[in-house]
Amino acid sequence: MESYKFICIECPIGCNLTVEKNGEELTVLGNTCKRGEMYAKLEVISPKRVITTIMRTEDGKIIAVKTDKPVSKTKMFEYVEQIKSKRVKSGAKIGDVLIENIEEGANVIATSNPY
Amino acid sequence: MRNIDLAIIGGGPAGLAAAISAYDNGIKNIVIFEREDKLGGILNQCIHNGFGLTRFKESLTGPEYANRFIDGVLERIIEVLKETTVLEITKDKLITAINSEDGVFQVEAKAIILAMGCRERSKGALNIAGTRPAGIFSAGTAQKYVNIKGYMPGKKVVILGSGDIGLIMARRMTLEGAEVKAVFELMPYSSGLKRNIAQCLDDFNIPLYLSHTITKIEGKERVTGIVVSEVDENKKPIKGTEKHFDCDTVLFSVGLIPENELSKTASVELSPRSKGAIVDETRETNVSGIFACGNVLQVHDLVDFVSEEAEIAGKSASNYILNGKENSETVSVKEGKNVLYVLPQKLNVNADNTKIFFRVTNTLKDVTIKAESGGEVIFSRKKKVAVPGEMETVLLSKEKISALKGEVVISAEVE
Repeated sequence: MESYKFICIECPIGCNLTVEKNGEELTVLGNTCKRGEMYAKLEVISPKRVITTIMRTEDGKIIAVKTDKPVSKTKMFEYVEQIKSKRVKSGAKIGDVLIENIEEGANVIATSNPY
Repeated sequence: MRNIDLAIIGGGPAGLAAAISAYDNGIKNIVIFEREDKLGGILNQCIHNGFGLTRFKESLTGPEYANRFIDGVLERIIEVLKETTVLEITKDKLITAINSEDGVFQVEAKAIILAMGCRERSKGALNIAGTRPAGIFSAGTAQKYVNIKGYMPGKKVVILGSGDIGLIMARRMTLEGAEVKAVFELMPYSSGLKRNIAQCLDDFNIPLYLSHTITKIEGKERVTGIVVSEVDENKKPIKGTEKHFDCDTVLFSVGLIPENELSKTASVELSPRSKGAIVDETRETNVSGIFACGNVLQVHDLVDFVSEEAEIAGKSASNYILNGKENSETVSVKEGKNVLYVLPQKLNVNADNTKIFFRVTNTLKDVTIKAESGGEVIFSRKKKVAVPGEMETVLLSKEKISALKGEVVISAEVE
């Protein structure tokens, strides 16, 4: 049996999580909610993070963005480069999808209006 | 001179939530004074996620969280004076402000809500030796450069202070291509959230040196390096433990100071412990009709709690305007063993159920949180760990408060 330890990043409590791996079966200990269990299991299988950064609009303004779902942790730098290299239409507004499917099922969306 | 019902000083998360709450409780004649050119305060530059889990049950970024309240203010057509700096408030609630359109002008309000937030403690407050090269920033200033202006303030970075802003900036600068060499923390623990240590430092293998401080900054035109030393239990650097780091940028994330200059001009009494106003459970200060909420009152861990506190202040201010002041008996709430500050510091005996917020002075294990009054324990709760970085609460019911005979003492005792 293998055992992994994580600090949960789902909420400010920051539970100390332990995952016990028995063959394919994962058992999570130390979580206080369902999100924590999901997080711990994913941390063992394929860690994911939400990326937040900024993009520029065609007219040079800045707009804050995020991935609307967590994406592969190992590809974070690659995705940030990809996001930074694109220009956003100047009329973009908060909530707009700016890049579709940067990773399967995850879009980059605007989290602010351009400033 | 213009007369209004309610003036709100500051258009950040506290001011916005207070305005909405006051409006919904019957006060329509409100003016929000905001010195920046847009509403939202510091949330605008906090583009990371993790806001709003308590309040909205989802993980929002700072601008998204702010936008929900900005929309609320716009929907209610509450007046906002942007790029307007308040210069002085008197205890008679006369406000002197300035902007480029109206010049200096005065407004008289029936009630005022102080929601000015905090500013960062600067490097100057720390007595660090060295010259004055470029490349030294507070973490919040660096955050503004990166997230609002789109500039990178440096390439090789060290950070002093492991509060949340410092941790968030370690990740942010790393993702933008900088090399963050280390984070140093004077205390033997980080005041940042555990999840931020995990996702901002551990994810990127950035080392955190606890009980360390910067003892020298090197460089003439630009920072070229720093010297750090380990500190002893009295936080004094230990000779012989010096380590050198090459860097071109030093960020300081060494605490927030409630911005109470205006509170002082209004003769609002401040607590040397919380660094904010002394208030009762309605968030009214010692000056009748002047209320305070958000980080100018106490430095909060989460913006969700700022909004909650601002709603109390908004509701109380509208009550005050509509119904006048009720003169009720009050009892004091005091800091007991291992408690840094309590808030509110006063309780009206006719108060509703009230949450008393407090922070412990140091990390405590197997702790009993207690409220005592007149030699009787009126609240008690056990906790595995209590840390200064996390606000604690004691809930007192209406019945318990009405039965109070004397002051309440909050303590955190280790068995």
